[in-house]
Amino acid sequence: MLKVERLVVQQNDFSLRADFIIESECHIAVLGPSGAGKSTLLGAIGGYVPLKQGSVFVNGRNVSNTQPDQRGISMLFQDGNLFPHLTLTQNVGLGLRPTLRMTDAEKEQVHQALMCVGLAGFESRKPGDVSGGQQSRAALARMLVQAKPLMLLDEPFSALGPALRNEMLELTLEVAREASATIMIITHDPKDAERALDQILFVNAGQAYSPMPTADIMADPPVALSAYLGL
Amino acid sequence: MKYLMTTTAAVLCSSAAWAEMPVLKVYTYDSFVSDWGPGPAVEAAFEETCNCDLQFIGAGDGAALLARIKLEGQRSEADVILGLDTNLVAAAKETGLFTTHSVAAEYSLPISWEDDVFVPFDWGYFAFVHNVDMQAPTNFRALAESDLKIVIQDPRSSTPGLGLLMWVKAAYGDEAPLIWTDLADNILTVTKGWSESYGLFLDGEADMVLSYTTSPAYHLIAEEDTSKAAASFDEGHYMQIELAGKLANSKEPELADQFIAFMVSDGFQSIIPTTNWMYPAVTPTAGLPDGFDTLFLPQKSLLMSPEESAAVRDEALDEWLSALVQ
Amino acid sequence: MVKRAGAIGGPIVSGAVFALILAALVAVMSKANWPISFGVSDWAVVRFTIWQAILSASLSVVFAIPVARALARRQFQGRSALVTLLGAPFILPVIVAVLGILTVFGRTGWSSQLLGIFGLPPLSIYGLQGVVLAHVFFNMPLATRLILQGWQSIPTEQFRLVGQLGLPPYEVFKTLEWPLLKQVLPGALALIFVICLTSFAVALTLGGGPKSTTIELAIYQAFRFDFDLGRAAILSILQLVLAGTSAMLALWILPPIVLQSGFDRPLVRWDARGNFPRILDAIYIGVATIFLILPLSAVVVYGLIGLVKVPSTVWFAAWTSTWLAVISTGLLIIMALPVSAWLGGSKKGGAETLTLLGLAASPLMVGTGWFIIIYPLADPQYFALLVTALVNAIMALPFAVRVLVPGMRQSLVDYGRLNISLGLHGFLVWRIVLLPRIRTRLGFAAGLAAAMSVGDLGVITLFANPEWATLPLQMYRLMGSYQTTAASGAALILLVLALGLFWICDYWGRYAES
Repeated sequence: MLKVERLVVQQNDFSLRADFIIESECHIAVLGPSGAGKSTLLGAIGGYVPLKQGSVFVNGRNVSNTQPDQRGISMLFQDGNLFPHLTLTQNVGLGLRPTLRMTDAEKEQVHQALMCVGLAGFESRKPGDVSGGQQSRAALARMLVQAKPLMLLDEPFSALGPALRNEMLELTLEVAREASATIMIITHDPKDAERALDQILFVNAGQAYSPMPTADIMADPPVALSAYLGL
Repeated sequence: MKYLMTTTAAVLCSSAAWAEMPVLKVYTYDSFVSDWGPGPAVEAAFEETCNCDLQFIGAGDGAALLARIKLEGQRSEADVILGLDTNLVAAAKETGLFTTHSVAAEYSLPISWEDDVFVPFDWGYFAFVHNVDMQAPTNFRALAESDLKIVIQDPRSSTPGLGLLMWVKAAYGDEAPLIWTDLADNILTVTKGWSESYGLFLDGEADMVLSYTTSPAYHLIAEEDTSKAAASFDEGHYMQIELAGKLANSKEPELADQFIAFMVSDGFQSIIPTTNWMYPAVTPTAGLPDGFDTLFLPQKSLLMSPEESAAVRDEALDEWLSALVQ
Repeated sequence: MVKRAGAIGGPIVSGAVFALILAALVAVMSKANWPISFGVSDWAVVRFTIWQAILSASLSVVFAIPVARALARRQFQGRSALVTLLGAPFILPVIVAVLGILTVFGRTGWSSQLLGIFGLPPLSIYGLQGVVLAHVFFNMPLATRLILQGWQSIPTEQFRLVGQLGLPPYEVFKTLEWPLLKQVLPGALALIFVICLTSFAVALTLGGGPKSTTIELAIYQAFRFDFDLGRAAILSILQLVLAGTSAMLALWILPPIVLQSGFDRPLVRWDARGNFPRILDAIYIGVATIFLILPLSAVVVYGLIGLVKVPSTVWFAAWTSTWLAVISTGLLIIMALPVSAWLGGSKKGGAETLTLLGLAASPLMVGTGWFIIIYPLADPQYFALLVTALVNAIMALPFAVRVLVPGMRQSLVDYGRLNISLGLHGFLVWRIVLLPRIRTRLGFAAGLAAAMSVGDLGVITLFANPEWATLPLQMYRLMGSYQTTAASGAALILLVLALGLFWICDYWGRYAES
């Protein structure tokens, strides 16, 4: 469902190359050292980083020159995923209606999504009034209502503790299953990948390798990955 | 809010009621239109007879009036300008915005007045006013040598200010720059208009203020206060004759003529002494109010013709500015 | 790419401001009588303008340093009230302050009376000393706040370290305070210098005649006294070049304008604990407080007495001024939002210099230029308030932009990607993101603009018409015509109006937070 074709991104001295295909409803861990180009890769797919060469296809549609919100992709960033001045309902509602002029049915949908992520009763709170974990849940609820076929997550849970991070990863996968979506999630912890994710996409020194099944790659990691993992 | 509504209502009603009434606009200096000036009484008196709406518009101080008219030019809505004086006559005529009048009156001015454009409405002598408990100087030289602080007016904006330039020039001629240099340290401040200066003086900020020999009459008559006096200078006192003229572009020329004629009649002239605190241009039948007889008359009166004052104005102004910026 | 917020509106508004000022200048020049005489007294005006601005800026900053230091390291009852008070002169109508200063420092004022008791001669306030005194009154608090803010940017840990090491005061000054002052002072000096360079109302009321005339006042005199448009045009250009150059040079070191709240936190200091520094600090704070409070309380006390003598024209003028301020603030918001979004989104603030034209251009030149432009088409009287409101808005624009840009920049940095990912663009970005995010700043900027507009005695002096006088003009007229008591009453009304309008806007901005 996601095809990245001979993609080249150039940022000053740094360049990133990628060429791979991801099947529908795959759950991909994006792994690699700092500065390898993980965020750049997700940014390029999402439409936040301009491409020098190559194309991005989502469900067979070339989206290389499409606006980020028109690509069939939803994305969570490391921070700044929620507007602090809006309630959780409004923040989630933005995923459905950027104008926030929601019909009753849409309001109900938002309510359901918040319930789904365990935020029932927090609808009219603002992000500042809830915990970090709850903020992450709200952001996931928005992904749920956005119901895009591809979800990109750029370490959105990195500020959370290990237990909470696990919980969020589980929830993310639930949301992805609920929405029948493909997800790509950047993580620093190979255990995340081993525990929950189907495939690993390894990025090293400006090169993104084709994703491989987690079990296979962990059984026989390439040299660079072993070095990164400290094996 | 309520205030606005009542005001709006009043404005609407009045404009409806006066829709048929011609409007006469008279530009004058600010203190003329103020509540304590002649404006309100004159307006009431003239409107009784003219079946018109007389509007006084305060357009700054005397000399600034002329600047205002120049700025507005042909488009000016003013019908009459009231408050220029002889020192400004030449400059005013040069604008070509004024037209002739046909008023004749028995003026009680110390000089004979004949001018086909401007009509006098009052007059007086410039003088420095002070508190009676003070030993006042008797001429400019004595003033310059003293430690007294005076407030004067800017000759570019105010007719008394310009009058003072002419006064020093008429009395001292080529020595005027020296007088100004000596006076510079006595000048507490130079204000835009007469009323600012006078206010400062009344607040005690200065020992003396450039005003008129008639000013003590205000304190005497209106406030029963005998503490103010005007200093008599032995060089003589420069005279001010305040004038009005009709604009060529007036939309109400007849009404303007009617107003100027009214201006030299008893109805207007009797208001002047106790509101503008000047000598009326035509002494009213009832004579001058009590108290005016206590005022001193200068031994010598000075006055330049409009042509003379126009000729020396720029030079005198430069001398004044140069002396005061040092 | 999606057009950024303000990417179209910003350049349009900036261009419009530039065109408005340029059109006025061209109009004035077209009326000029060439050749233009420019004599000794004109150069004296230029000299005085620069000299008084240098003096005002230096004295403001020199007095501000010990006061800011004392405030930074002392905790006492009423400290936060005092810090708030330091913000007041910025929104205080000039003419109100002048009346207060006259009451306290005038020849028959309180301080002269006090001197009289000891047989000393009264103070003379007119002229250079008066102009500088008023400027210091206005700008010393501003400088104090700027320096205080810098002081509080020194981490507490550093002072803790200094206390632990037992460094003597001179060493503390050298290692901690001097580097900070080196950073803060140039900006504070530059800002105050530029503000004082275009001073009008202070010089109009306290200048002692030709000797102490600023360029702005000379422009007014050329217009209103001589109607010498040629001279006014030349003076305007001179003003534009002088203030414009200073403003542009200063731009790189100008400090940001901070919101009221957020920095009212005394440092816990481990040095300066002895009795001597404590007493010294108390003296600095005490003297500064008295210097600020006395003129203000003079206005309040005499204002209450004068309130009963206030003529109805004053109330009407108050009403005129209020909606003039409302229009002006509305115009300011319309201009400031796209401009600040534009500048907040662009990398370098070079375009900010454009809005500084508002700081450098003479309001009177702009006003008269537009008077000349409108005159052949319609009666300028009908446009007097609109032109005044517009000019006031342009003059407030640099301040508003400096308040808004950091907020805009922050919002765009923090939420730019989120906006894109959610498909928020155009007016949606404004409605959903920017306006709510900068509301506090917008309220503050609007409050500043409203207070500055309501207290402004500038352009309206050109159009002066008794029926449509603004409150500052009406008050100025009362001051100039025996009616000192009524003028005091008007001053109190004006003071309440300016502070009230500021408070309403600022409260609206902060209301969202709670």
